[in-house]
Amino acid sequence: MSELNDLTVCQSRDLLLSGQVSSRQLTEAALERIAALEPQLHVFITLTPELALQQADQADRRRLAWQKDPGLPLPALLGVPVAVKDVLAVKDVRCTCGSKILENFIPPYTATSVERLQAAGIVVVGKTNCDEFAMGSSTENSAYGPTFNPWDASRVPGGSSGGSAAAVAGRYVPAALGTDTGGSVRQPASFCGVTGLKPTYGRISRYGLVAYGSSLDSVGVFARTAEDAALFFTQMAGLDARDATSMDMPAPVISLDGRSDLSGLRIGVPQEYFIEGIQPQVETAVRQAIDTLQSLGARVLPVSLPHTRYAMPVYYLIAPAEASANLARYDGVRFGVRQPAETLLDMFKGTRGAGFGPEVKRRIMLGAYALSAGYYDAYYNQAQKVRTLIKRDFEAAFQTVDAIATPVAPTTAFRIGEHTDDPLAMYLEDVFTLPANLAGVPGLAFPVGFDSQGLPIGMQLMGPHFDEEVLFRLAHAYQQVTDWHQRKPKVSSQ
Amino acid sequence: MLTLAEVEHIATLARLELTPEEKERYRQQLSAILEYAAILQTLDTSGIPPTSSVLPAHGVLRRDVPATGLDRADLLRNAPQVSDNQFRVPPVMDQEP
Repeated sequence: MSELNDLTVCQSRDLLLSGQVSSRQLTEAALERIAALEPQLHVFITLTPELALQQADQADRRRLAWQKDPGLPLPALLGVPVAVKDVLAVKDVRCTCGSKILENFIPPYTATSVERLQAAGIVVVGKTNCDEFAMGSSTENSAYGPTFNPWDASRVPGGSSGGSAAAVAGRYVPAALGTDTGGSVRQPASFCGVTGLKPTYGRISRYGLVAYGSSLDSVGVFARTAEDAALFFTQMAGLDARDATSMDMPAPVISLDGRSDLSGLRIGVPQEYFIEGIQPQVETAVRQAIDTLQSLGARVLPVSLPHTRYAMPVYYLIAPAEASANLARYDGVRFGVRQPAETLLDMFKGTRGAGFGPEVKRRIMLGAYALSAGYYDAYYNQAQKVRTLIKRDFEAAFQTVDAIATPVAPTTAFRIGEHTDDPLAMYLEDVFTLPANLAGVPGLAFPVGFDSQGLPIGMQLMGPHFDEEVLFRLAHAYQQVTDWHQRKPKVSSQ
Repeated sequence: MLTLAEVEHIATLARLELTPEEKERYRQQLSAILEYAAILQTLDTSGIPPTSSVLPAHGVLRRDVPATGLDRADLLRNAPQVSDNQFRVPPVMDQEP
């Protein structure tokens, strides 16, 4: 069974098409591995084995019909098992967002991203653990307990989409959905040694993604190869009338085909991302990866993103401000866990005080402060102005290069509990991923080595708005000539 | 450094009931974060417009076509308290005049 769990999406699809394996076999293999390793990794908040097997059988029936009549349409991901971060709504499946306040919430509809993948044939095996309302960089802020890194269970998987990253790294499933507001796909992808995409803002509908920072939130995907991630991306991208910020841009057809020639592409390396405090082995591995891209024909040029250092304070004012407004809906009236009280106001305060965890309360407080009378101009408005400067940095850089290469995070996976008492230190983990969200540009993280403790190191590629394709092309070329992405953590059931 | 009164004011704005320990902890942590954010005041942003959207501005209006909404039973099943197909809440106004 371990062989089935090692298959990538593309390999699974080929074996499914040729009839060498069924979706039921793939799904049962996933469920068996989950049952064996969950006590060590704690990836899921909610498992959906019945739904998964039902969808698998449905996929198998559809495939058999297609084999008899190849004229029938065949969805691109038919029968592939997938895990979904627990901030994306799946109709009739509990959605907690890692929060106690939504412990019993059953969504009345399905997120567009998931709906499109279901139309493409995926099998949903469960909802993955995450920091509460996607606020965090370690998955330690989940009300349901932390997820453990498959490479070293004493360490965090990153966050906030830590469960989805661990699901792919731990070989539960070949792909998983995450969301990225400040690095929540790319940083856990880096910590877990998998490939993770944060698309351009507006590229994939946010409908059914429980809102955190609406001007920053994006739906992304984890997979073991750039090719697999590209396949998922093209199935999800495109206009959705239910998300006013989704752009009317057709999803590109991305054909990678094992190509590794990068002639004609220019890669920018910003000095502002190779700063003091970065783990030396991270810098070395990322610079070597840039050399590899150069050896494949790309031109490497220095670029400058001078406002990079301001991204952290800008993000931690804007995102909490948006969160303080978005999370006003959790008041105990229409859904969620209510704390009974004599008056309406006391019910609101009691419900929210008891239902939210420490980080969520911290960000709501911070956001409410930044938006409050007397401080709005100094904090929120100034942050939005500096955001414009950060966005302009990228616009200027992309005049001269096609993509920008940087580390994903200053360090490899840190220990569980290492930063829990110091929110500022935790926020600094995101310094290299926040700018892409503030500027709305796409970012792709993928493994480029390991440190001396055997922990994965990730590189980030960022591209211009709506050019995810160049990122996939570069990462795919890199993965043709390296095998970091094929390394497998040693996790065994006890 | 934020004062305790300021923390209590923000908590009221945010409709959050906090314990005395939480108030003190947030007073210190929020002060540290805001102190870090003060670096933004050092930048001259005169003439720089605040970002309203990272994408090219575009007015989005959907066509006004009647469609079936979400199912009422699906929505009400999440409600903490329901009566007569409505959400039930504690009194909004004081009982006594």
